[in-house]
Amino acid sequence: MLAYILRSLMQGLVVMIAVAFIAFSMFRFVGDPVVNMLGQEATLQDRAELTERLGLNDPVPLQFARFVADAAQGDFGISYRQGRKVSSLILERLPATVELAVLSAIFAFVVGIAFGVYAAIRRDGWIANLVMSISLIGVSLPTFLIGIGLIYIFAVELRWLPSFGRGDTVKIGWWTTGLLTVSGLKSLVLPVLTLGFLQLTLIMRLVRSEMLEVMRADFIRFARARGIPERKIEFRHALRNTMIPVITIAGVQLGGVIAFAIVTETVFQWPGLGALFVNAVQFVDVPVMSAYLLFVAFVFVLTSLLVDIVYVALDPRLRGSALVPAK
Amino acid sequence: MSVQPASSPKQPPSLWARILDSDILASFLRSKVTMVAAVIVLVLFIGAAFSPWIAPTNPFDPATVFLADANIPPAWQDGGDPKFILGTDDQGRDLYSAILYGLRVSLIVGLLGVALAATIGITLGLLAGYLGGRVDSLIMRIADVQLTFPAILIALLIDGVVRGIFKGANREDTALYVLVISIGLSFWVQYARTIRGSTLVERNKDYVQAARLVGLPAPLIMLRHVLPNVIGPVLVILTINLALAVITEATLSFLGVGLPPTQPSLGTLISIGNRYLFSGDWWIVTFPGVTLAILVLAVNLLGDWLRDALNPRLR
Repeated sequence: MLAYILRSLMQGLVVMIAVAFIAFSMFRFVGDPVVNMLGQEATLQDRAELTERLGLNDPVPLQFARFVADAAQGDFGISYRQGRKVSSLILERLPATVELAVLSAIFAFVVGIAFGVYAAIRRDGWIANLVMSISLIGVSLPTFLIGIGLIYIFAVELRWLPSFGRGDTVKIGWWTTGLLTVSGLKSLVLPVLTLGFLQLTLIMRLVRSEMLEVMRADFIRFARARGIPERKIEFRHALRNTMIPVITIAGVQLGGVIAFAIVTETVFQWPGLGALFVNAVQFVDVPVMSAYLLFVAFVFVLTSLLVDIVYVALDPRLRGSALVPAK
Repeated sequence: MSVQPASSPKQPPSLWARILDSDILASFLRSKVTMVAAVIVLVLFIGAAFSPWIAPTNPFDPATVFLADANIPPAWQDGGDPKFILGTDDQGRDLYSAILYGLRVSLIVGLLGVALAATIGITLGLLAGYLGGRVDSLIMRIADVQLTFPAILIALLIDGVVRGIFKGANREDTALYVLVISIGLSFWVQYARTIRGSTLVERNKDYVQAARLVGLPAPLIMLRHVLPNVIGPVLVILTINLALAVITEATLSFLGVGLPPTQPSLGTLISIGNRYLFSGDWWIVTFPGVTLAILVLAVNLLGDWLRDALNPRLR
């Protein structure tokens, strides 16, 4: 078991180093960092000074090592466009994105599993069929169209919910939260629905097909023969066995939540990291782009590590054995 | 392998006869949804290909576009103008014509992007599978790392980097190429993995060994002998990826890093329309949005059907 987790830790480390190298190359070779920081009018002497101060005259491997060391301490340089430290820009925007992403993931997971189980148990019911058809459309619709549609219905026509921003936020230390005010909660509804919808449809379809598969397995028939109530079979025996693939996909999907948060945040003018990144791409603000890339890679590596640990908790075959299970 | 008894020397059936007789056509005719999807895709492709001749006006000819015509609702609403069936956008362009032109741009970017992705993926997959060793592990490690990230994120990142490299060039000239490169570089992994897998199997077969013994150069063996035998599954990926590429293009354009408003794709039109949603001008965003949704849904349905029809286990 320990070997299993160590192995995924190593893999994560390799990914992080590869991504750090890409981020470093972007910073170093896309445009001239010195010109970007000083502007076109700077004197040659200013440029030479800054080049020396940034250490751009040193050998490239040394520069890379310094880049990694700085990044590990949270120093990503200074935004070309805003002239502020990238790390403080990120910290300022982090709470908005985290609240949005976590709530969307919870929403997608809970509702997705509930609908998936329902669609599997009442396979031929009309509600199950309706849910499945809607999910097919959901898979095909781009996120931003769903967001625009929701805004049109709930903000423009019905005027029930706000369509942009976070509403009023409360400051707790450096963290700002929208969860403690009515307008903050109202502002969360549409973005969470938009962001969670795609993941919801994916999780639901997966739970349904896994559930149908497991319900045909021998141990379910034996359980029925033993006279265990149907409800208990469905939830205790079947659902538990569908969880392993669902958790894998859900872990991968969390990456999707972060990526599509970029789109959702733009649609709803949500002041989070995704909107920061889109702005950086628009203006080719390389330090912000590479910092965001590193941040996302870190989150991905962390999630896949967590998923591996959850595996061990869910699958008794993995406990006490160093072998990776044949899937 | 046992020797098959030689069948009577018959004329091989013509291509047409083989198509009529095939399982694929039969399964196509059985599925009504697929037929509808195929018709929709065909109509949209024709509309896009011939948009300069079909569209009632050229929405990008400044001589025929008047700002006075801006934000006219669709013809059937109050204040509508029969000249503009689906209404006009904020610059007085006929929305129906703009959608046809936008569809054309979206499909061009999608098709070129998918073609680039397939070319890169197939080349790298063949190299990895055929050469093996270090080349293989290098290419596949890159693929693994890239697969960790969602394609849309990679496309955005590449978009930023490529625009940083093209800096100074006119954005209108480069926008289309930037998009094609972003899409091509974000979607190659799936092709490479598929092709590598089948190449590993084919590499050890007798005909490849024979070609090698004859002394043919490796590139020729890969292209002429291995490639035709591994290309099959790519067809399905191509179809499904076209839908993804169109969505990616639309998303990038919506985010403002894709095609500029002077050369709009469906995504650009939607992003223009999004600004007028609150003033009640619902048509500017709705019609391009619906067109995009229908296109993607139809292509996805075709892709699903193709995957099932070509999968021997499901027959």
